[in-house]
Amino acid sequence: MATTALHPAARTYRSTLYEWVTTTDHKKIGVMYLINSFLFFFIGGLLALGVRSELAQPGLQFVTDQVYNELFTMHATFMIFLFIIPILAGFGNFIVPLHIGAPDVAFPRINALSLWLLPMAGLLLLLSFFTGQAPAAGWTSYSPLAQDRPLGAVGPGQDLWIVAVVLVGTSSILGAVNFLVTIFKMRAPGMTLFRMPIMVWTVLVTSVLGLLATPVLTSALIMLFIDRNYGGAFFDPRNGGDAILYQNVFWFYSHPAVYIMVLPAMGIISEVLPVFSRKPLFGYKAFVFATAAIGALGFSVWAHHMFTTGAVYLPFFSLMTFLIAVPTGVKMFNWIFTMWRGKLRLSTPLLFALGFLSMFLIGGINGAFSAAVPVDFALHDTYWVVAHLHYVLFGGSVFGVMAGLYYWFPKMTGRMLSEGLGKIQFVLMFIGFNLTFFPMHQLGLAGMPRRIADYSSTAGWNDLNLLATIGGFTIAASMVPLLWNIFVSLRSGKPAGDDPWEANTLEWATSSPPPPYNFDHLPEIRSERPLFDLRHGHAAPAATAVVPQSASTSH
Amino acid sequence: MATDSHALTPEDHSPVGGLAHDERGGISNVVLGMLLFITSEVMFFAGLFAAYFNVRANAPQWPPINAETGEAFHLEILPLVGPATVLLILSSFTCQFAVWAIRRGDRTAFLRNIGVTFAIGVTFLIMQAIDYTLLYGEGITLGSGTFGTTYFTLTGFHGAHVFGGANMLGVVLYRGLAGQFSARHHDAVEAVSLYWHFVDVVWILLFSLLYLLPGKSPAGV
Repeated sequence: MATTALHPAARTYRSTLYEWVTTTDHKKIGVMYLINSFLFFFIGGLLALGVRSELAQPGLQFVTDQVYNELFTMHATFMIFLFIIPILAGFGNFIVPLHIGAPDVAFPRINALSLWLLPMAGLLLLLSFFTGQAPAAGWTSYSPLAQDRPLGAVGPGQDLWIVAVVLVGTSSILGAVNFLVTIFKMRAPGMTLFRMPIMVWTVLVTSVLGLLATPVLTSALIMLFIDRNYGGAFFDPRNGGDAILYQNVFWFYSHPAVYIMVLPAMGIISEVLPVFSRKPLFGYKAFVFATAAIGALGFSVWAHHMFTTGAVYLPFFSLMTFLIAVPTGVKMFNWIFTMWRGKLRLSTPLLFALGFLSMFLIGGINGAFSAAVPVDFALHDTYWVVAHLHYVLFGGSVFGVMAGLYYWFPKMTGRMLSEGLGKIQFVLMFIGFNLTFFPMHQLGLAGMPRRIADYSSTAGWNDLNLLATIGGFTIAASMVPLLWNIFVSLRSGKPAGDDPWEANTLEWATSSPPPPYNFDHLPEIRSERPLFDLRHGHAAPAATAVVPQSASTSH
Repeated sequence: MATDSHALTPEDHSPVGGLAHDERGGISNVVLGMLLFITSEVMFFAGLFAAYFNVRANAPQWPPINAETGEAFHLEILPLVGPATVLLILSSFTCQFAVWAIRRGDRTAFLRNIGVTFAIGVTFLIMQAIDYTLLYGEGITLGSGTFGTTYFTLTGFHGAHVFGGANMLGVVLYRGLAGQFSARHHDAVEAVSLYWHFVDVVWILLFSLLYLLPGKSPAGV
């Protein structure tokens, strides 16, 4: 009696909550990544509304200078470390094992650890609001601004920030190890590297970046922590330390992190565009090599954030920054020619993917502008930079996240999202986004510095700031149809079936939501579009072939 | 309990027991995962080393003057650090002997060598603790300028990694005593030995940097 083992697929007697909290299933963990990230997205969004409300008019209406600094610091911290990076890891978690035909990730329990470190980090950050002074040194936490000294960051708030970001970094490192081992070791028979979906390639390159760059951030933050708490002398010039050293070590992580924040989003839209254009991705191998090139070049451009320090070799970093536009340009052509003469289906995922293409293009071009040293000297720390980074991270990554959400929601839940509400959300978000961030280009050119709570009413910045604030609230409004859409769909959405989009990749070959361990049978994999081959008959006899037991469960 | 032919262990039937092994004969998931994790650890130490070289390059002379005593900082190799270094290098050898032993299926030699490695790891930590106490007694502390900060941060994080590695060795020793490793199943031993070698290599670099690399005189002297 006691020797009878419970079959892995059998229902447990535990409650649903217990099952989710203790799960090591990559799909449930992926979904929890998404839920957790969206919670912090909304918190970060509220903080952004605080920033925009204060800036709507000259003068201080709502908050003090100190609170304003806390608002934009925590806005960026939540959005970068607890929304964009984790949510892309969440999509990777859900999709990568399905994409390569694996039963789970290589280390499921470590995967659960990676997930649960994130809400802990988020709670520590929220806790810092109750320490008297929340972190207010910007998300970059430059020294000496972030040192424990008058006019710096006094009190435990900044320490909580450091610990939280180290936890997020640890989560990223463990996640990267997991992704890399999964991708290198657990691909289904026939799934060669050059038959992997582009999404998997982007997660692979992202993981390499995370693996090599994140520990350097950890070392920077630990040195800052030692400076603040144990009288260390790394970054504080008073004790013989070097403030520029912090910037170097920080950006050595944080520039590759920019690609960590956008490459998986590029992967998402590279899955969406072929499916909704009814064509294969144009130039698969060029795309793969461009992704790898972005990853490699990403390690040689960090000091373009530091041109005005006078402590970096300008021609080298300027040249490398321009160079990185080349593989990015290759990708733009991949995407455009994927759609060229395709049979476009203007569903919500495609709309968001188009939003990504157009907005990321603007973000790329205004970024290449700033790579020119004289331009950068003029625009450094102005609203131009704020416009640029939001066109890349919001116009790029967040639109990509939305495309992925509408595309994979049916697979995650078994229910379709409403197309009507999705289109309303897209229109509101697209308009709100451009209203908010396009004027910031002009504000930056007109000399408005970033990270200020107040500005002169005679500087000529009033109208554009009001416009940006209106845009900010429009973005917030665009979240209402999204939440309503998800709520309605979960209660009474149209059942999705296995493959509602007539897609190409393996996740659509299993049920929605997929069972534990994902697949009973796999179609024969002879290209990067196994389901297309299957649907069009070329692989039909092989489709019912049972995968040998050793191949489906042994690794 | 037949030993002449391969008896199936529970691991051969478990749906998850097989996950750690590669039937196609490649590197196992566990070992690859450890190698990747060590890569990230290398980058972590690279950040600290970069900081060390940076403050050293910025300083007018190295070692700098201790503000409290008015003399240049000085570190002694004897009596503690030199022997500790020799011991740690030896432990890399014993660790590798343990791996070779379990690959042959020789559990006795495996346990003996892992036990010695574990003991050396603990000894190293004790010697480091004594050394820290002596240094604090001489007024060289974490807060005494760039020299103290970099010295204690670099050696301290190395010590933390020795502590982590000794814990892993302890787990391997415990599991080995429970008979969980065999010539076929010993991924954990391979992975932990890699980590221990990494910790050893970091110490050799640190020792060369902090104790052997000549200092620089103030400009014009």
